[in-house]
Amino acid sequence: MAAAYLRRATSCVAIACGSFAIVPGAWASGDPARGEQLYTSRCGACHSMDANRAGPAHRGVFGRKAGTAEGFDYSPALRSSAIVWTEAALDRWLANPESLVRGQKMGVSVANAQDRADLVAYLKAASAMPKPSR
Amino acid sequence: MSSIIPARRSFLGRSGLALSGAAIALLAGRPALAQGTSGSEQDIGILNVALGLEHEGINAYTLGAKSGLLQKPVLAIAVRFQDDHKEHRDTLAAAIRRLGGKPVEEKSLDAYAKALDASTLKNQGDVLALAARLELGATNAYLGVIPSFKEPQLAKVAARLAADEAMHWGILNNALGKPLPMGGMPFGA
Repeated sequence: MAAAYLRRATSCVAIACGSFAIVPGAWASGDPARGEQLYTSRCGACHSMDANRAGPAHRGVFGRKAGTAEGFDYSPALRSSAIVWTEAALDRWLANPESLVRGQKMGVSVANAQDRADLVAYLKAASAMPKPSR
Repeated sequence: MSSIIPARRSFLGRSGLALSGAAIALLAGRPALAQGTSGSEQDIGILNVALGLEHEGINAYTLGAKSGLLQKPVLAIAVRFQDDHKEHRDTLAAAIRRLGGKPVEEKSLDAYAKALDASTLKNQGDVLALAARLELGATNAYLGVIPSFKEPQLAKVAARLAADEAMHWGILNNALGKPLPMGGMPFGA
């Protein structure tokens, strides 16, 4: 418990210092299958794996620098951030995007930690898969 | 509405009165501005994402109608739903302008066709499934942004839009022969 708290606290300090070097924190392990269902029903209005829609395409998002999906019109705030989408960064983003990057455009958040973990697990798995051929 | 503000400022200047920017924004019917620019900008950003969804929804129904895959009773419903989305679009664009923002523009039909993989639609069921997926996503998106609005009236607008999308989804889901969701409160969880 104390170690988990310390990791969280360290993460918060890193953000507060403006470094955006989001260190790994403690979060639940995710189920990518459930994450895919959540992604379809709750993210699918704006996002697809391979197309920029109201939100950017997500194929390859894991490990990518924030604000760099090709062809998407990002907010200046996200584009100029130094965030790299790791598990910890995605968890913080989904929990409260505006608290992570003030002035960003995503108005939806995911309050439930297990839901976030499942979504992150799906994004990580999908990022590793090649784009399907048509 | 924005053109009223300079006129009022000018009047106030001439009359020798001094009001804060917040008071002027309240007088102009722009309470979000009165609370601070950042809140208004955040609302504009959320509304513009929603407007992008409505543009996409309108074009999805155009793609469905033009595909020749929809039979007559279903086609009429699709056109009716598209009309609803056009009303949503106009409502959102008006709200964005009222807040001093610029509504995001519609893309080309080809761009939406590509983004939605329209070339994979082979029958009426495919079109309905796509529409149902978009309506469900929109329902959840509108419900999801409600807590983020700084202006409470916009939260109410989002709730009303979510209700429309949920109605569309229910009818499409029924047309696809799919069962009702298990339990209550299936949206926005």
